[in-house]
Amino acid sequence: MHTNTHAIEVTDLTVAYRDKPVLWDVDLAVPAGILMAIVGPNGAGKTTLIKAILGLAPIAAGQTLIYGKPYAVQRRLVGYVPQRGSVDWDFPTNVLDVVMMGRYGALGWIRRPGSRERNLAYEALEKVEMQDFADRQISQLSGGQQQRVFLARALVQDAQVYFMDEPFQGVDATTERTIITLLQELRSAGKTVVVVHHDLQTVPEYFDWVTLLNVRRIASGAVSEVFTEENLRLTYGGRVAIMGQNAEARMLSGPLSAADHTKDRNTWI
Amino acid sequence: MDLMSMLHAVLFNYTLRTVALGAATLGIVSGALGCYAVLRRQALLGDAMSHAALPGIVLAFLLTGTRQPLVLLLGAMVAGWLATLALIGIIRTTRIKEDSALGILLSVFFGFGMVLLALAQKQPNAAQAGLSKFLFGQAASLVVRDVITMAGLGAVALLLMLLFWKEFKLLSFDPDFGATQGFPIRLLDIGLTALIVVAIVVGLQTVGVVLMSAMLVAPAAAARQWTDRLGVMVTLSAFFGALAGVIGAMISATARGMSTGPTVVLCISAIVMFSIFFAPNRGLVWNIVRQQRNRQRLRHKVDRELVLEPE
Repeated sequence: MHTNTHAIEVTDLTVAYRDKPVLWDVDLAVPAGILMAIVGPNGAGKTTLIKAILGLAPIAAGQTLIYGKPYAVQRRLVGYVPQRGSVDWDFPTNVLDVVMMGRYGALGWIRRPGSRERNLAYEALEKVEMQDFADRQISQLSGGQQQRVFLARALVQDAQVYFMDEPFQGVDATTERTIITLLQELRSAGKTVVVVHHDLQTVPEYFDWVTLLNVRRIASGAVSEVFTEENLRLTYGGRVAIMGQNAEARMLSGPLSAADHTKDRNTWI
Repeated sequence: MDLMSMLHAVLFNYTLRTVALGAATLGIVSGALGCYAVLRRQALLGDAMSHAALPGIVLAFLLTGTRQPLVLLLGAMVAGWLATLALIGIIRTTRIKEDSALGILLSVFFGFGMVLLALAQKQPNAAQAGLSKFLFGQAASLVVRDVITMAGLGAVALLLMLLFWKEFKLLSFDPDFGATQGFPIRLLDIGLTALIVVAIVVGLQTVGVVLMSAMLVAPAAAARQWTDRLGVMVTLSAFFGALAGVIGAMISATARGMSTGPTVVLCISAIVMFSIFFAPNRGLVWNIVRQQRNRQRLRHKVDRELVLEPE
């Protein structure tokens, strides 16, 4: 039914914070059924791009479409996994309750979640291997477990397009495995998954599409075509070496994340 | 007055019964809604809004000339609202951060209120005499009609809170995700803030503008110590608020010349202290005990392994 339209289409998108552009004239066309990474240095506007598409950041100019229509009418088709650090994990609630929040939109106003929502939440928790933690208070979770709970909350939405903001941030190797397997399953099921990613080394292994972003869109396309040393140099400035010198690329991308978190969270009031 | 005669008085003495009912109402409403202020880290917002209520109250009196509680409380509500709007305006248009903006609003509105109060007290008619009780509260001056007004306002606020339970929870935990679920987060935010303003207004006559924010923050902070579930926290907080309200109001109503606000706040502070130290899991005392026990166990283990180690 959506054969000719792109899953995500962004045209001339500009977002500014006060007088400073965070995103400048970004164009993006993402076909359906792919797994795409957004990479770029600190302050490149990766989170802002996702938030602008989801209507969470004010757009100065441009347009974003989901399957050819504005996000506001396609909301049901879109799932969102925010940065893990964006919420207070000491909030008095448990894992199952957080996952059920993914059904609140479908429930609509006032109606409370019931057994149907509970079952869906358990199913989603099974997919992220967290079913044994359903009754656990969320403050007792490790970073990787928190991330999986957020993922489960997006899964219960049963969306077509998923946006995930650094789902691999600070998780252990096992969790990273679980998550990437899950994302690849989603892609196989025809869903489109867009992931803000920091580890350049794993891009070719995990993803089939990549967007290189640094305020402007540097390049976007199949990893085999656009994930080149030249494009990376354009994105990160200075010298960045990948292909065989992974350590340096990692060094450049690794420590950026922490600063990114605080900034992105405080940008929009 | 011993406990039995106090209890007897609460049940059969008109004034004391009114005072107890009023204080319980205030405690329940501010305790329940205060949970959201605490969980959303907006404790200071409640403080600013309650201080901002003073000019509203005095202005409402100056304009209408009546001391009808409903009129005065309406003035308080409008002023609280204006303060909230001014807050949002300041944060959006200037480089001033939220905490500074709250400090500015609190002092400007309260200062303005004090000036107006001085003005009102110069008026020759006797009607202004009761206005200064809004500073620190005066439970003894409550009449049944006041309590009915308080209970009516409070019931509406609590009903709305229960109705939009799921929406307010989402707003408090993860507003961005809530927006992607299709809820108008800004509208919900305004709505919840409005309910907190109502809670403040309900308590003004009894506790006063200066210390009212304590009735929002303290019961919730105490309740958080005892539970990890939002529903239980809200219920417990309402109970703590009511308990402190009733005890404090009774003490102040029976002792001469005691303002209710400070007495109630002392009571709730005692509950908070107890909760911080002795609540299971989160209590400091149990934490220390646990730490000591763990340390001892580890030390034993290390000792034993050192002995068994075949060097």
